[in-house]
Amino acid sequence: MTTRNVDVFYGEKQAIKDVSIDVTMDNVTAFIGPSGCGKSTFLRCLNRMNDTIPIARVTGDITLEGEDIYAPKMDVVQLRARVGMVFQKPNPFPKSIYDNIAYGPRIHGLASSKDELDNIVETSLQRAGLWGEVQDRLQDSGTALSGGQQQRLCIARAIAVDPEVILMDEPCSALDPIATAKIEELIHELRGKYAIVIVTHNMQQAARVSQRTAFFHLGTLVEYGVTSDIFTNPTEEKTRDYITGRYG
Amino acid sequence: MPNSGTEHTVKAFDTDINELRGMVAEIGGRSEQAISKAMRALEKHDLKLAEEVVAEDKLIDDLEKRIDDLTFQTIALRAPMADDLRELIATFKISGVVERIGDYAKNIAKRVPVIASTHKLGPASLLPSMSNVASELVRDSLEAFARRDADLALDVSERDQIVDDFYTSIFRSVITYMIENPKDIGEAAHLLFIAKNLERIGDHATNVAEMVYFAAKGEPMPERDRGENPTDLIEEPTDGR
Repeated sequence: MTTRNVDVFYGEKQAIKDVSIDVTMDNVTAFIGPSGCGKSTFLRCLNRMNDTIPIARVTGDITLEGEDIYAPKMDVVQLRARVGMVFQKPNPFPKSIYDNIAYGPRIHGLASSKDELDNIVETSLQRAGLWGEVQDRLQDSGTALSGGQQQRLCIARAIAVDPEVILMDEPCSALDPIATAKIEELIHELRGKYAIVIVTHNMQQAARVSQRTAFFHLGTLVEYGVTSDIFTNPTEEKTRDYITGRYG
Repeated sequence: MPNSGTEHTVKAFDTDINELRGMVAEIGGRSEQAISKAMRALEKHDLKLAEEVVAEDKLIDDLEKRIDDLTFQTIALRAPMADDLRELIATFKISGVVERIGDYAKNIAKRVPVIASTHKLGPASLLPSMSNVASELVRDSLEAFARRDADLALDVSERDQIVDDFYTSIFRSVITYMIENPKDIGEAAHLLFIAKNLERIGDHATNVAEMVYFAAKGEPMPERDRGENPTDLIEEPTDGR
């Protein structure tokens, strides 16, 4: 996924200024930066979530496999299947665990038989590391699971429609350390199968899960590079001040 | 991106870092003093002063432990990043190296009783100058740490060659002296070990300088050309890298 010279405006106010980043399948990319720096805004451009905000305006080029995702002919529902999203608070549907996963494949017509659908549900839950914990209770409500399990259910739900990119907006900020570790392990396992972009306030988490890190500040991309370089020897003074806790 | 030395939002982190920097300055100062005292004891054959150096090494050992404990604790509790992380790793390594410098000074002091007089041993005349240079390297390497000065660190590394050259020169003259004065071989051998200790002190000061450079710049110090003469190896190589 490629972005070039992206600007985002909320009404008159410019929230993102001239950001160009490539997101690849072999790397997990972390977006870090202080609150209000634009990292979530930029993330939401990648599957057109900003379309839901009437005053938001996006300019510049964002392409997925060479296709302009803001082109008029782009089917946004289809786009959001290809670029899935996981949010800060787990948001399973108030349906059974099975239906949470089966919902996407059903509306996108990805399964032609019950067996095939069962198969997608099982594979998705396995990939999300949840199968062993829920295989005997697939008809229980998704909302009855623990917070960490719900978040993995949401990841399984995103995986079920076979996306190319998975966007995660602070996926662990509502979870305890063990549930967080499970999500981080899952991110590690999913790397290579999907291009993963994670927004996080937790710098240790960015350092642990990503191979590339982008530091945003006041709507601009200050520094984008190899994670181990950013955290041991950043090039920009602003990055250094932020990651070492000298910012502000 | 070098360390700006500006304050962290969490002030207690700065308190820890400043305490560590203070302890590194102290261990450096004590080691440097140990070298000069040991050399003075040798020159004046002052057994009491030599004993003092041996006893005071305990303080250096204790300081090393305190530095290591606080560094370890700071890394665990503050999860430092970037220049902070590099500086703490450097602090951890520097404390160990400087403690070794103290050990070499102690070793010189321990040899004082067996060398009755350095004045009759011709090759000993070079030792005071050699020790001055070695002490200067120790002082400057720690000054470089205090100032986060990569250029001074580089300079220390280059000046280590002077100490190495002193050693090579003393080595040759001690061998000649031994051949001419077989009855003094014991004392001359001790003298040679003292020169060797000073040469190692120079190497360790260079190690400190390398860590200072890394902490400041985030990259290893460029290798210096040691210009080693192959004939040196026929005699005795210095322990440099």
